[in-house]
Amino acid sequence: MTKIVLHGRKVVGGSAEGEALVTTDRISGWGGIDPRTGTIIETRHELRGQSFKGKVLVFPGAKGSSGWSSQFHVARLAGAAPAAMLFNEMTTKIALGAVVAHAPALTDFDQDPLQVIATGDWVRVDADQGIVEVTKREAGA
Amino acid sequence: MRLADDERRMLDGEHGPATQKAMDLLLRYGEALGAERLVDTNNVCATVGATTPFVRDFAAQHPGGMDAVFSEFSLDSDEVVKIPKVKAYTSHLQQGIDPLNAQLQGVSAELVQIYRKGETYLGGLGVQLLNTCTPYQVGNVPVKGEHCAWMESSAVIYCNSVLGGRTNAEGRESAGAAMLTGKIPYWGYHLDQNRLGTHLIELELEVKDTADWGLLGYYVGEMVQERIPVLNGVSHVPNLARLKHFGAAASSSGGVEMYHVIGVTPEAASLKEAFGGGRPQETLKYGPAERKLAYERVNSTGRDTHVDYVMLGCPHYSIEQIWEVCQLLEGQRIHADTSLWIFTPSTIKQVADRNGYTKIITDAGGHLMTDTCSAFGRVMPKGTKVAAVDSAKQAHYLPAIMGVQAWFGTTADCIQAAISGRWSGRLG
Repeated sequence: MTKIVLHGRKVVGGSAEGEALVTTDRISGWGGIDPRTGTIIETRHELRGQSFKGKVLVFPGAKGSSGWSSQFHVARLAGAAPAAMLFNEMTTKIALGAVVAHAPALTDFDQDPLQVIATGDWVRVDADQGIVEVTKREAGA
Repeated sequence: MRLADDERRMLDGEHGPATQKAMDLLLRYGEALGAERLVDTNNVCATVGATTPFVRDFAAQHPGGMDAVFSEFSLDSDEVVKIPKVKAYTSHLQQGIDPLNAQLQGVSAELVQIYRKGETYLGGLGVQLLNTCTPYQVGNVPVKGEHCAWMESSAVIYCNSVLGGRTNAEGRESAGAAMLTGKIPYWGYHLDQNRLGTHLIELELEVKDTADWGLLGYYVGEMVQERIPVLNGVSHVPNLARLKHFGAAASSSGGVEMYHVIGVTPEAASLKEAFGGGRPQETLKYGPAERKLAYERVNSTGRDTHVDYVMLGCPHYSIEQIWEVCQLLEGQRIHADTSLWIFTPSTIKQVADRNGYTKIITDAGGHLMTDTCSAFGRVMPKGTKVAAVDSAKQAHYLPAIMGVQAWFGTTADCIQAAISGRWSGRLG
């Protein structure tokens, strides 16, 4: 089994693990997700119809409405928040969204998580230590 | 993050538990951002009401009432704290319903009660109930350099770019905390060096009407995402409505929170000023091919030419836009199978009432509404499958949120669709 370790900066502390859900598209909060189920609903998004509930969400960053945080806030209250969030581009939307989602979150990585992590990989996040441990899904598994 | 003495006292609880929760949130948020400190603000625009979906269910069920709604959704506190009067000047953004058109919008009497309860509560806290996504159209007009804490992406981009105010796109929780503390992280667009252009957009055609500015915004937003575009080559000074639609579109297809228009916006007298003497990271052109691509993308959900619903007023219409609609609509009658709803701030509707515009719209079979919009409040005429809009922002969000098809065109295309019941818009 291949293991890869990334180091990043803590955005929100805590630790979590789960299956990775990776997108190279930025995510809209309000009008981009259904917070009750954690499903991406944006019309031309590559993850449209897929849910991040309980997943380690790996994405470039946030876009769209300032309702970003409140949608991820509602997702947490509805039990549909991601287990952890790993992203590259810091914005107020994503910082506040990660804070109110109460999900461990990291940014500023030593390797690009969008390159290193693939959907289906198993990811352990220790945000307090700034460490992400990726176990690649076995080919053909 | 370093806290000043007054901020430390708020965190220590000297100003009561709500202010303590607010400062705790600002600390967590500021550290998440990597901010070094907070900055004073006395201009907050926020959504605080309980009429939006999900929050309304929470409000109806929670024994803690409106203080519980504020504690959870505006301060990220599951402990219910008593909310004091706001410290900073605060304007309320859009609401989830128009209380005067509740029946037409299919809104229950119970929800209108929640709205009214919220109105009394927020008025009592000292929140200005402008109830619009366009506070700058009804008296909240920041001056250049003013530090603000605004929500609403279309208002944020207008504040930064057109007015020279300084705000990041705040969220409900950070704006809530700013209301009680008069503080917000000193990060992002509050700092000079983060307001410079990154991408140069060379215009190779004349950008004409409001819809055209929306198309340009939709294209630019998708191309630059959350960076700062600089438009060069504008042949005519655009008006408020054009820049409003440009910004709303650019902050929907992308995450643009600031732009410059050379010779027009306050921090871009020249290319040199807009880029701070540096060079653009990238130069893009906007000509007929790019305009056509934007038109196709924004119309990607439109299929059926039968139009059930024409929605105007995203962002909320100005009195000038209502006047324009009335010139197209006066003496006409909209199609029996098509609804026309136009959204504007209640303050502007008063002028429309006085001018006889509301009567022109009503006589034609349409409705002039306030406070909300179809995407934000999830309110549409019953049975709507196909909508027509003159806002690229609304065309972007409405299909995703409401599962309808959306046609985008000019205001005249939309009024034509309302009258004929069919979409015949095309790229002019």
